[in-house]
Amino acid sequence: MIAIYLREINSFLSSLIAYLVIGVFLLITGLFLWVFPQSSILNTGFSNMDSLFVIAPYVFLFLIPAITMRAFAEEKKSGTIEFLLTKPVSDYQIIIAKYLANLTLVLFSIAPTLIYYYSVYQLGNPVGNIDSAGIAGSYIGLIFLCAVFTSIGLFASSLTQNQITAFVLAVFLSFLIFEGFQSLSEINVWGKASVIISKLGIAHHYNSISKGLIDSRDLLYFISVIILMLSGTKLILDSRKW
Amino acid sequence: MSVIVSHLTKTYGEQKAVDDISFSVDSGEVVGFLGPNGAGKSTTMKIATGFIPPNNGTVNIEGLDIQDNTIEVKRIVGYLPENNPLYLDMYVYEYLKFVAKLHGLKKTYHKTRIDQLIEMVGLGRERHKKIEELSKGYRQRIGLAQALIHDPKVLFLDEPTSGLDPNQIVDIRKLISDLGKEKTVVLSSHIMQEVEAVCNRAIIINRGRLVADDKVENLKKKIQGSITFHIEFAQAIDADKIKEINTISAVKAVSQTVFEVTSKSNTDPRSDLFDLSKQNEWTILEIRTLESNLESIFHQLTQN
Repeated sequence: MIAIYLREINSFLSSLIAYLVIGVFLLITGLFLWVFPQSSILNTGFSNMDSLFVIAPYVFLFLIPAITMRAFAEEKKSGTIEFLLTKPVSDYQIIIAKYLANLTLVLFSIAPTLIYYYSVYQLGNPVGNIDSAGIAGSYIGLIFLCAVFTSIGLFASSLTQNQITAFVLAVFLSFLIFEGFQSLSEINVWGKASVIISKLGIAHHYNSISKGLIDSRDLLYFISVIILMLSGTKLILDSRKW
Repeated sequence: MSVIVSHLTKTYGEQKAVDDISFSVDSGEVVGFLGPNGAGKSTTMKIATGFIPPNNGTVNIEGLDIQDNTIEVKRIVGYLPENNPLYLDMYVYEYLKFVAKLHGLKKTYHKTRIDQLIEMVGLGRERHKKIEELSKGYRQRIGLAQALIHDPKVLFLDEPTSGLDPNQIVDIRKLISDLGKEKTVVLSSHIMQEVEAVCNRAIIINRGRLVADDKVENLKKKIQGSITFHIEFAQAIDADKIKEINTISAVKAVSQTVFEVTSKSNTDPRSDLFDLSKQNEWTILEIRTLESNLESIFHQLTQN
């Protein structure tokens, strides 16, 4: 399993994907946080990082599917999936190794944003006037959000051998679960059910964690979606046996 | 018995890709799996290596059932899939190391084993190249090396020599023959000469059904094979006179001097042809076999 994990990471690093994803993410979030006047911290003058946590999910909505789209689609297309599945490793090991490798790359792109935190910390008046606990909560929320997007991406990739199909499908599913449920619940026909519908989506849980309120129910929600998606991937891999 | 396949059936939708196939292979045997395209060779191999399960029937390898002990079976089986899929973005050495790790070989053993294999399949000069830079012949060697890395007891090779040049084919066949001395080898092919050259036994399948399973010599003897010769004379000759030879069933004139002569079953008309030429003072420039016995057997078995 470690062998597959390392191979995936190596393959990211030896191709342009890793550098491109990290670069694009930092560029976009950097622009929003420090340059664009509407959201720039320097402009608004408040020592918080809210704009990062508002914009990051939307950037990841496109970037994570771009990372995960090749996970299984490429192996299916080139036939290496047959090679992998006839080696003495279980399907679960393959899925988890690939999942962790993709997630690692995503976390690599989040890590440098800690510099933003340090900058805001230093710019505060007085220095250090920032809600560190709230930001820690927001980071945890963002990491869980990425973990969910990655599992959705992996699932989409297992469905097809065409990487573009995998990408589009992953963006759609991620969008649906991130924003879709929330927006759907706002339609004025559900009555009391609207709360439940909103709770099905990520936005509800992400916002509550972002406030710095780490509730076990929210964590349970994220973990359930991840397990659901990875089990779905296993089911699809098994479908060769039907 | 090293490999026992019994009553194997696999259907894709309506179509039966493999239909009630049973055979067994002894350890140390090299068996050729023959059949036209789409006969079910690859499907059988995919089932035997645990990639897909059968609808019916069992595969038993070294006493382990492939369905019940999938992982254990994969540890003792080496498999070269059809079209030899490889991670093209990896380096040769890196790739083989990855396979060694997948098989859980001891870390200290990696280098010795990989060096050994690189030597064995003749990859010495390419070991530091990226796989995508290599030609098909070298990729095929890497495919073989990855199948051999854990010193498997049983080898399944799906068209191991496809796409190789004649020299490489000779090398790979020699390697397979050597491997066959201590391992069980099942190789699929649609090239008769290959099976004649390396296999002790041939299993012929057609449309998912087993049509023959015997030693290569026995197959040749058993079936009433006729042989077609290509014969060229120095001068124009009278084809009717050739037809009069009683070991010959048909003569086809390619040109005035070139003929394709088909023998009657189990006969060799070459000495008769020579005698006839001597009587008529014809000069034979060339006689060669167009179709070997095994090929004609194959045609007979798989054409209906």
